[in-house]
Amino acid sequence: MVTQPTATGTANKSSLYSVIGASSVGTLIEWYDFYIFGSLASVLATKFFPEGNSTAAFLSTLATFAAGFVVRPFGALFFGRLGDLIGRKYTFMVTLLLMGGATFAIGLVPGYETIGFLAPLLVLILRLLQGLALGGEYGGAATYVAEHAPVHQRGYWTSWIQTTATAGLFVSLLVIMGTRLALSKEAFDDWGWRVPFWASVFMVGVSYLIRRNMSESPLFAKAKAEGKTATNPLKESFGNRFNFKFVLLALFGATMGQGVIFYTGQFYALSFIEKIGHVDKMQTDGLMTIALLMGTPFFVIFGWLSDKIGRKGIMMVGMLLAVFAYRPIYQRMYEAMSLNNRIEIPSRTILETTSARDPKTPGGMIRTETVKRTFTDGTTTTDVTTTKIDPSATDAPNAARPDIKQTVMLNDSDRWTLIWLVFAQVLLVTMVYGPIAAFLVELFPTRIRYTSMSLPYHIGNGVFGGLMPAVATYLATNANSANTAAKEAGTALPYAAPYLEGLWYPIAVTAVCFVIGLLYINGKDTKIDD
Amino acid sequence: MNMLKKYAGILWLALAAVVGYYGTVDFGLPKLSTGKTDDLVFGIIILFILMPIIVGGMITFGWYALQGEYDSYE
Repeated sequence: MVTQPTATGTANKSSLYSVIGASSVGTLIEWYDFYIFGSLASVLATKFFPEGNSTAAFLSTLATFAAGFVVRPFGALFFGRLGDLIGRKYTFMVTLLLMGGATFAIGLVPGYETIGFLAPLLVLILRLLQGLALGGEYGGAATYVAEHAPVHQRGYWTSWIQTTATAGLFVSLLVIMGTRLALSKEAFDDWGWRVPFWASVFMVGVSYLIRRNMSESPLFAKAKAEGKTATNPLKESFGNRFNFKFVLLALFGATMGQGVIFYTGQFYALSFIEKIGHVDKMQTDGLMTIALLMGTPFFVIFGWLSDKIGRKGIMMVGMLLAVFAYRPIYQRMYEAMSLNNRIEIPSRTILETTSARDPKTPGGMIRTETVKRTFTDGTTTTDVTTTKIDPSATDAPNAARPDIKQTVMLNDSDRWTLIWLVFAQVLLVTMVYGPIAAFLVELFPTRIRYTSMSLPYHIGNGVFGGLMPAVATYLATNANSANTAAKEAGTALPYAAPYLEGLWYPIAVTAVCFVIGLLYINGKDTKIDD
Repeated sequence: MNMLKKYAGILWLALAAVVGYYGTVDFGLPKLSTGKTDDLVFGIIILFILMPIIVGGMITFGWYALQGEYDSYE
């Protein structure tokens, strides 16, 4: 499957399908590998990062945060430089193997109980390697596809790469759900969680075989043959004022807003449903999967449309809609999950109480009270109150600390309301994300393209976007605390809807990005064969 | 349009100062003193990753805009 560049530097249509297939499958796997860690975080925490241990907790936080935010831009710099020096093809082959190897290895690391602190340390190192690989992969794939694509179809062809971030999340949810369904809960918690990590090696193997036979991008090959490749891409990208101003424009006028919209629509929505609505995990994964599946084709539709009417317009409309739509969307999501206006059927309420010895506390007991409620609209809830009784505690028996966990199983109507509301957010994601690869590629010359586009993309997506759930949770928690304090003081509550306060972060970032993009981005066609 | 682009540079410089102040005083520093690991990492990321990018990047962007660097690009 060797690509066939034409005289103009673009490949013919059948070769383009091969280029897209090879690039997209690889990028999809990269995202899949990256997401399964986050999706399985609660299980991994018990295996590698045991509770009550501050060092393990620190490593856990670093593994979750650092790889997502801090390491990706470094990967972009490291692999971007390589891509501009030795070529796109070989560089993103390396990132693929690095990502696949690291993911497979996470599935092999023995638990904390077996090897102690080595376990979280190894997982942290492998997670950092994942972040580095992801930082290098996207720019390579987008550049490679764009440099093969015909001039006026660059948005359409690169949009296939854009689908892979969402498709990777979709596949990761699917594989995890499939594994959970195939195994008992005990088997999944014991060893089944490793299966999604192991599955990665087969996908990477297939992608490697496909990519191995591809040729170098025609534009890079041409530049290399003419001796026009960069000798120091980092210096040319960021040390040259002319190029650096476009790096800043890409970051503040496009990728910053795209990043927060991407993470709000796909990750904050998921966390909001789970943590604020307490909706059952399987039901949440299921409705997210449907919404993502419905939304994914729109990446290609908006990519294609960006070739017809311009990339800037679509991205800016997506950002403007996000600024005004987020609060109404999340308010409606909250209402769809709320139990306030539901009517309980008392005759169908079931109460179960069990007591067992606490294996961690000598003489201690664990009392579990389970209340299952059914509502007239078909919604059910399960409230599990776990109370640990420690007789040695100084203030016993008052030392009992109840832990209450609620799980809501929504009726079909409210479940579909959530699906449509998440779909609306995914649609906004596709508007800003579908055309952006072509936009970034067109902003920089061939000799420094991989380096120059990768950094703003990964700062915008990884840092601004990746921090979104944490910053939003911080804002919402602050609002909750202020309300609680006001309630105790008997004064008026400062926030009418504290659960919406977290949205100010994506709204503010997107609004600034919209104004900068509107003012400074050039909406005209750009040549990339320079 | 070029005038608007140029003078909006002042806005980006001001924004860098405002975000820098609130990001450090309201967001970053309080997180360092709670004693919780998650807060410590969050505070470090805000102070040493996000703030330098926003403040440094916005100041440079605003300065470039003010000097008319983006004028010909319309």
